[in-house]
Amino acid sequence: MRLTAVAATLAASLLLASSAFGADKVKVGFVSTLSGPGAGLGVDIRDGFNLAMKHLNGKLGNLPAEVIIADDQQKPDVAKAETEKFLKKDKVDFMTGIVFSNIMLAVGPQVFENKTFYISANAGPSQYAGEQCNPFFFNVAWQNDNLHEAMGKYVQDKGFRNVVIVTPNYPGGKDAVSGFKRYYKGRAEEMYTKLGQLDYAAELAQIRASKPDALFFFLPGGMGINFVKQFVAAGLSKDIQLFAPGFSADEDVIKAVGTPMLGMFNSSHWAHDFDNPENKRFVADFEKEYGRLPSLYASQGYDAALLIDAAVRDVKGKLDDKVALQKALEAKRFKSVRGDFKWNTNHYPVQNYVLRVIGKDVQGRVTNKTMGTIFSNHADAYVASCKMK
Amino acid sequence: MTQLFLEQALNGLQFGLMLFLLAAGLTLVFGIMDMINLAHGSLYMVGAYLAAAAAAASGSFVIGVLAAVAGTMAVGALLELAVLRRLYTRDHLSQVLATFALILIANEAVRMVWGDQPVMLNAPEALAGPVEIAGFSYPAFRLLIIAVGVLVALALYVAVTKTRVGMWVRAGASNREMTEALGINVKRLFTIVFAVGAGLCALAGAMLGPLLAVQVGMGESILILAFVVIVIGGIGSIRGALVGSLLVGVVDTLGRALLPWLLRSFLPGEVAAHLGPALAAILIYVLMAAILFWKPSGLFPARG
Repeated sequence: MRLTAVAATLAASLLLASSAFGADKVKVGFVSTLSGPGAGLGVDIRDGFNLAMKHLNGKLGNLPAEVIIADDQQKPDVAKAETEKFLKKDKVDFMTGIVFSNIMLAVGPQVFENKTFYISANAGPSQYAGEQCNPFFFNVAWQNDNLHEAMGKYVQDKGFRNVVIVTPNYPGGKDAVSGFKRYYKGRAEEMYTKLGQLDYAAELAQIRASKPDALFFFLPGGMGINFVKQFVAAGLSKDIQLFAPGFSADEDVIKAVGTPMLGMFNSSHWAHDFDNPENKRFVADFEKEYGRLPSLYASQGYDAALLIDAAVRDVKGKLDDKVALQKALEAKRFKSVRGDFKWNTNHYPVQNYVLRVIGKDVQGRVTNKTMGTIFSNHADAYVASCKMK
Repeated sequence: MTQLFLEQALNGLQFGLMLFLLAAGLTLVFGIMDMINLAHGSLYMVGAYLAAAAAAASGSFVIGVLAAVAGTMAVGALLELAVLRRLYTRDHLSQVLATFALILIANEAVRMVWGDQPVMLNAPEALAGPVEIAGFSYPAFRLLIIAVGVLVALALYVAVTKTRVGMWVRAGASNREMTEALGINVKRLFTIVFAVGAGLCALAGAMLGPLLAVQVGMGESILILAFVVIVIGGIGSIRGALVGSLLVGVVDTLGRALLPWLLRSFLPGEVAAHLGPALAAILIYVLMAAILFWKPSGLFPARG
């Protein structure tokens, strides 16, 4: 009897202690696409995140941190199972890493229900920016539409009026089309492909037949690599101007395709030539660590880690106080490698979007160069329907 | 319109011929040995990886292809001698289970050797652009694929119909016991057929590598199509495999191009854009169901 009482008191005091003095370590669950044609993206986010962990000496907010990594194989069911394990068995404090919006939408509900914060370093579905916005969801990158909106504006301003849009048939692809068409007002022929499709012969034949003067494609990862290669092989590049969001024109695609990418315009919220001290350190150390230039995905992974770090520091490790933790994430006391950005009420960034062009740098490498700003302090189109509780 | 139609027909032909390389081996193994080999797609994957590795090491695409074919034939022969030989007398369920295990083993083995991320295999520089004939342009590398496919199909046809080994193969496909009774070393014949099938897989993998992606699991998606082909064509029949492959290739490619265009003539653009690809994706299965309805044993059944 006495023993039970002692044990109960002990347990109670331990419970109290944990909430009063804060956690002794931070656990981050990182589920991302690390195999298959979309792997380049997940690997870049992971490497960016890991570089930040290195810069932070393996700590998040001065607490020892553990990052548990799992591969979702670009399958929503696998991602859900891995996430469930992280939430229930490992009891992670934060989740991050997902690349594809269809996977994000599948995984979101279980994370929010568990009252765990999801820091998206990529997927920014319109659903979570609008009606389904959630206090536990933060996107440190962009809303899906944004980069496409920027490109739509540029293509419109350059006077193109006959454009074919190629995109995979999934939530991110639909966001791409609505984003592009929000600013581009000419004729648009939409072509939807299967997510993960690698042979574009049928689409290219249709594109040749419909004779557009510009082509806008959003095909992340291996899909884009194959598309551009086959586009060039089909001899279409001399008649049709290619445009893409930064996703389809960053280091992963450039490395695989090479010189045919020269002269391609694309949009981004970040570029490796951004002139701020945080970015210079990030780019230099990333190259030193991994032997390649970082992509926008890597910059987003890096920022995600910095955001978590700042928030954990702000709440002094009291990770159980969800209200305080949300406030700390909203305060975001860290310097992003993209420069400054603000949170919108739906936890998506309000920021600048720039135009980049692929050219040769001083060392003769084929890479992106920033040309100028397309949007300043640009917000997403869904925030009005977000009633954040 | 002519350009679109002709280009799509060539695309269909190219896709169909590559399917044929896979289906030919599969249908022979299935037909002669009465063996369901789900790991056929894994040989295709191994071939593509070997091609990528050999091409990277030697700097020559041709050497890559040759090395892949030779290497995969050896892998196939070894596999037949060590594992599959024991499965011929078992029922189909054991065969499916055992060869499914082989898929998992092959995927993990490839992952261990080459890693998770797709490996690059580039077409030869000279064939990276288009060929132009009288205003009609078509990717040079796809033309090469068509040429290789036609040559292999012809060679296979001659080998099966005109040579002694081919005669044994046909005899084995239509009546195994009788062939054995006539004193033909069926065991050795099986090993040869299996190795040739593996070589054809590797050829398909190496030729499609630059167009698709050399990655873990690439064999499974194409294996489903290869099964559709042999079901349509009739199990055990090379001729059936050829006709089935071309049917599937052309129907799939033309469907993807023409369905959205057809739908757009009577549906609003956005609906057509979404519905077209979805319908095109199931078109070959509809074709298979239709053929099975009217010809339950396929177009050219090997067994009476």
